[in-house]
Amino acid sequence: MEFFAISLLNGLSYGLLLFMLSSGLTLIFSMMGVLNFAHTSFYMLGAYFAYTISGLVGFWPALVISPLVVFVLGALFERYSLRRVHKFGHVPELLVTFGLSYLILELVQLVWGRATVPYGLPEQLQGPLFSLYGTQFPKSRSFIMLLALLMLLSVWLLLTRTRIGLVIQAALTHPETVEALGHNVPRVFMLVFGGGAALAALAGVIGGNTYVTEPAMAGAVGSIVFVVVVVGGMGSLAGAFLASLLIGILQTFAVAIDQSLATGLQALGVTVTDKTFGYELLQLSVAQIAPILPYLLLVLILIFRPKGLLGKREG
Amino acid sequence: MSSPEYYRFRPWNVGRFVIWTAFAVALLVAPWLFRSSLALTMLSQMGYLIIICLSYNILLGQGGMLSFGHAVYTGLGAFVAVHAMNLAASKGGIPIPLVLIPLVGGLAGLFFAILLGYVTTKKSGTTFAMITLGIGELVAAMSLMFPGFFGGEGGVTTNRTYGKFFDWTFGPQVQVYYLIAVYCFICTALMFAFTGTPLGRMLNAVRDNPERVEFIGYNTQRVRYLGFIIAGFFAGIGGALASINFEIVNASDSLSGVRSGGYLLFTFLGGATFFFGPMIGAVLLVLASVLLSELTKAWLLYLGLVFLFMVMYAPGGVASLIMMNLRVAKFGKFNRFWGLYGGLIATGAIVVVAAAALVEMIYHIQLNSALGSKLTFMGIELDTATATSWIGAAAVLAIGVALVEVVRRRFARVWGRAQEEIEAEIKRMETA
Repeated sequence: MEFFAISLLNGLSYGLLLFMLSSGLTLIFSMMGVLNFAHTSFYMLGAYFAYTISGLVGFWPALVISPLVVFVLGALFERYSLRRVHKFGHVPELLVTFGLSYLILELVQLVWGRATVPYGLPEQLQGPLFSLYGTQFPKSRSFIMLLALLMLLSVWLLLTRTRIGLVIQAALTHPETVEALGHNVPRVFMLVFGGGAALAALAGVIGGNTYVTEPAMAGAVGSIVFVVVVVGGMGSLAGAFLASLLIGILQTFAVAIDQSLATGLQALGVTVTDKTFGYELLQLSVAQIAPILPYLLLVLILIFRPKGLLGKREG
Repeated sequence: MSSPEYYRFRPWNVGRFVIWTAFAVALLVAPWLFRSSLALTMLSQMGYLIIICLSYNILLGQGGMLSFGHAVYTGLGAFVAVHAMNLAASKGGIPIPLVLIPLVGGLAGLFFAILLGYVTTKKSGTTFAMITLGIGELVAAMSLMFPGFFGGEGGVTTNRTYGKFFDWTFGPQVQVYYLIAVYCFICTALMFAFTGTPLGRMLNAVRDNPERVEFIGYNTQRVRYLGFIIAGFFAGIGGALASINFEIVNASDSLSGVRSGGYLLFTFLGGATFFFGPMIGAVLLVLASVLLSELTKAWLLYLGLVFLFMVMYAPGGVASLIMMNLRVAKFGKFNRFWGLYGGLIATGAIVVVAAAALVEMIYHIQLNSALGSKLTFMGIELDTATATSWIGAAAVLAIGVALVEVVRRRFARVWGRAQEEIEAEIKRMETA
């Protein structure tokens, strides 16, 4: 019970962090049709900027400033690079963000070095928030959950209840009409791209000190986030939410289970030795295969439900 | 019905004959022209990378499928090839001669492409890209779980000199080079032939207008799947040749996403829109990863920048730049560009040198600060501690950028005019 509750909470907080990342990606994708390969690079930038800024003015200002800086960078990239490539089609758009991810990685290593930086939690977030059956649940993870839910709420309010949100939604389906009505659609796109990057950076600010801030952090979550987006259904925000929670919980539970097919068969009374056919496969514990579970899920989803959990149409 | 296509008979396509002969001769004489052992290693790498990049281009260029997981098929091909070699060398094993090992690798690539490609090619476009990424990660992560086959961290080693092919033991690098060269030529020819087959044509159609292809009655998914399988086959051959060349395969390297990314990057840099583009890309890949990485620690940064600018300004890669200039030359309008190209190169060189000086100084601070603040860059001594070096480099950079902009504007004007004239001439020829 204790294991279950704590794993569930850890899984939820990790899943919500994944959602903070994938929401920006999904927003950009559904708006502009651009798969931003450099999305987790913005996540990494957010963490590194927060590290530097929190050293100067403290963590709480950094929580605001770092996403703003990344917002500006993302918007600039859209304005001066992505928009130029837009006329060539989607593949060059993807490629240009792919090139950007290389570049950001190199620049981060150039500025902050190749080793892990000591980006720690602020005092207010250190220590446990509460303990459950004797196991403590850290404040930092609760803060991730709080922030992710707040972000979900504010993005939803922004998109459905404000003027700019309505313009964004309209530009999603009828860009020409919106443009004819006098709205600057390219600027809307620029803002959306910057906004998506800023969401990733926000995730980086709190993900960086809860987990670890290093040059490999972008690559570590990069492919998982793409899995989330495909599993949830391309361009579906609700699907991304569901899929990130699913993957977060799945992975957290799997890491903690030290059982394998072999022990399972032995419990059923089947003798399994290292001579048994396929022993290499049987003796793998669930914890060992945890890293590939998201990808297995991806493959299964693609076979049985190609449009994703909540996807609207097949692409 | 006066002159149906199929009555026309052309025994010799002279241009094509000349080009392929030149390619074969180039492969043949290259080791005599570049005699050092470093050059020979590089030539061998170019040989199999040409196969790999061309196979990648069946996906990217011909099928419009942007794959982030091509290393899966080259890597698995390499692993199967290594195990086949070890099996052939062991007593009582299946005696496969070394010259056929690449085919074994190719069949392995084919097999895994059939297996994984079914899921991968279910979607096209952006989703396809994400799935390949996921499958790539899946295979890379799995490889660490089965140390028996993938050899864990250390990889699997082999020895290519287990048998003889006539007099050749394949011990010396030059013999391996010729094995690679022969495969390179045959595979290139086969892949070129593939572009002309009905399937190759359908692949282009699926890339350009999948909806219409479905209306004619083709299953786009099946066409993509078949294209993917063929690409997997050639990728496996390339991977097997790589394993013969190095006699070791390492899962964390040869199956990694970085490797896949490299194939994508250089195929694109070479030019995905032309058949020969990836060959240029393969040559660039070897030059960059062997020579450039030796020259500077910042090579990945330069590579990223070059790639970014290439995507933005020349999405057809180096091959398209060549072909555009050939077109201009063909219409006899190249003369007016000599000065402009000279200007572009001269001013561009200023920018590159100044930017490189800045980058090298930053890298020096980051990596070699223990060695003091001085570094030598192209014969000039720079000092990261003094402002003069920084301001000097920045000033040169600013001047360079301004000059490039001036020349670029003139170039764009003249280029545009030349293109207009060519278009007009083509139209005139068509109406005449």
